[in-house]
Amino acid sequence: MNGAEILIDGLKREGVDTIFGYPGGVVIPIFDVLYSTKDIKFLLTRHEQGATHAADGYARSTGKVGVCLITSGPGATNTITGIATAKLDSSPIVVISGQVATGNIGTDAFQETDMVGLTRSICKHNYLVKDVGDLPRIIKEAFYIARTGRPGPVSIDIPVDVANAKLKNYSYPETVSLPGYKPANKGNNGQVKKLADALAHAQKPLLYTGGGIISAGATDKLLQLIDKTQIPVVVTLMGLGSVPFDHPCFLGMPGMHGRVAANKALVDCDLLIAVGVRFDDRITGPRHTFATQATVAHIDIDPAEIGKNVKTDIPIVGDAKTVLQQLIEKVNPRSKNSWNERTEFWKEKYPLSYKNNGNDSVNPQYVIERLNEFVNDDSIIVTDVGQHQMWSALYCQYRHPRKFLSSGGLGTMGFGLPAAMGAAVANPDTQVVCISGDGGIQMNIQELATCAINRIPVKVIVLNNAFLGMVRQWQDLFWDKRYAQVCLQRGTDCPDECHGPSGNCPPQYLPDLVKVAEANGMAGYRAKTKAEVDEVLKKGLAEEGPVLMEFFVNREENVFPMVSAGKPLSDMMMGD
Amino acid sequence: MVEKHTIIVTVLNSIGVLARVSGLLSQRGYNIESIIGAPTEDPNVYKISLVVEESDEHIEQIIKQLNKLIDTVRVMDISHKDNYIVREYIILKLEVKEKNRTDLFHLMQVFKANPIDVATDHVIMELAGTPRKIDRFIEMVRPYGIQEYIRSGEFAMAEYQLPKKGENKNGD
Repeated sequence: MNGAEILIDGLKREGVDTIFGYPGGVVIPIFDVLYSTKDIKFLLTRHEQGATHAADGYARSTGKVGVCLITSGPGATNTITGIATAKLDSSPIVVISGQVATGNIGTDAFQETDMVGLTRSICKHNYLVKDVGDLPRIIKEAFYIARTGRPGPVSIDIPVDVANAKLKNYSYPETVSLPGYKPANKGNNGQVKKLADALAHAQKPLLYTGGGIISAGATDKLLQLIDKTQIPVVVTLMGLGSVPFDHPCFLGMPGMHGRVAANKALVDCDLLIAVGVRFDDRITGPRHTFATQATVAHIDIDPAEIGKNVKTDIPIVGDAKTVLQQLIEKVNPRSKNSWNERTEFWKEKYPLSYKNNGNDSVNPQYVIERLNEFVNDDSIIVTDVGQHQMWSALYCQYRHPRKFLSSGGLGTMGFGLPAAMGAAVANPDTQVVCISGDGGIQMNIQELATCAINRIPVKVIVLNNAFLGMVRQWQDLFWDKRYAQVCLQRGTDCPDECHGPSGNCPPQYLPDLVKVAEANGMAGYRAKTKAEVDEVLKKGLAEEGPVLMEFFVNREENVFPMVSAGKPLSDMMMGD
Repeated sequence: MVEKHTIIVTVLNSIGVLARVSGLLSQRGYNIESIIGAPTEDPNVYKISLVVEESDEHIEQIIKQLNKLIDTVRVMDISHKDNYIVREYIILKLEVKEKNRTDLFHLMQVFKANPIDVATDHVIMELAGTPRKIDRFIEMVRPYGIQEYIRSGEFAMAEYQLPKKGENKNGD
């Protein structure tokens, strides 16, 4: 067998059923083998970034390793954003890139880039395969590393001569031998006991959980723990869905655009039990102001996360599912106390709200509220990045893990559509909705063609405000409304400082997204008024294939609540 | 407290492993004062000695991040452990006048520095010892006129038997 055949055989043995990718010169040998492979579906995207996000969406929605296959040089560099996105959100993907022949490496050959060097700081591990004899081991290790411990992206760079090289006596390894890689599992019993004791004495305990719960498949354990102890819980963007939005102990998402109750609870708690989170600055605000009154316990599979941002009193290294089980066994049942009452009071006193102008204009939040009526508990919602992402996080009604996918850590615009496409390919019987903005959708809009041609039934919702809304919001609130380069109608003919729309503005909405959808052979609908919202949702979501639904929403709507950058969580802006 | 730490990283001898270690430190904004990588008695294993000057918190993070590398077998911060032998090596070229030579040779004897090349206008010498001894020697010979020197950076060995590979890897 040659390297290409070994690779495809290895992928099959790792259970790969789908590859997203794009061909090129040095990967022809691999594509040639794939061409006549029955068991693996290949999805030709329109850009390598789309392929990487699609593999990521596949991984996030299933928990399985997503795979993409691309060529060297520009193909490889186009995956960088996707790899970094997967790294920051601990998503397991394997990115296989072609490379120039080993003899040409280092000569600045045609389409040569140093993929190992480029990806070193943004992947969990990477390989350059210099000898076909190493390939079986490397494939085995790559998949093992991607999916175990704290999951993450792994890159395998395969020179064309290695793909062509023959290997006698090929056998796929059964096990890996990685003396330097031993993911933690069980938490230290003494530390778990210490946490259980701390809980027994705490008056105001709070759970703060994130994506680690979903990666570990620990949702049930988390709910069991909450059941037994009635501890209120705040869930990060990456963890949404691990606790049902209507669970009585659920206080919502915390942080910069978090719910008031969630942030107030973080400020006031006396025992903070953090599980599978990383104390991101968008959650904590200035670190020295965060949960200052609390004993901090941190359960995480990655020891490097513990104590990285916030001083931890009870560190527990381990798999969230295993450690939560240990904790459930050790904690005493707890019933609701005045602290629970207070958190419930906050929830009631500070509901999500937005101001409706009373006319027929469309509040973006309203579109999401209405969308909730048209989707079910099984539907997968994928967002892009920006204001619509925060509105989705706040207003969507998630009940299950792996049903709300969003680029949290890297905040990658252009993630939404291709990730939704990957999720839809992985879950063919599930409704997949992509919520995007008019900025984000244009960053990987080429994948509409991939959806259309493959009949991938992604339901794309674009909340169009003709602005790069999140940046505009900051300029509105903190930069004296100086809307520098956030208006998507802006051209070089515009005056330097714009004071609002004038008769000279270019056509209001460019491109015409409905026409773009239609040009791609899919249905497109548009709602310009509140009255049209339901109608468009109804028609769009009833489409069998992919569809794009565009909603002209209030241009200058802001996301509230909000904590300004650099301010503590106690300092929240509520909006109107 | 910001102070110098010598960290010994035992890694698998894989492609680009030195770049992984040094890249990790620069990526997270830490400065490396010195770094040496060299093979060991085990052909599969490579040892990297690095010296960084950072606060205790940062050192803890550096060690955890280094441990996280898949190729890392063990990380030891030896700065506060006296059961380690720490050495450094220097080659030093001094300008030397006829009248100073005897004094200089006397000083070299005291420090056990070996002359490697003696010429009419310069002396090249070598010295191995603790980093402190090397510092002191440089200080002492500076008045003679240093033309050039190169230090190896620190490297170290434990006096006792280290735990087996992979143990203590995850901080538990």
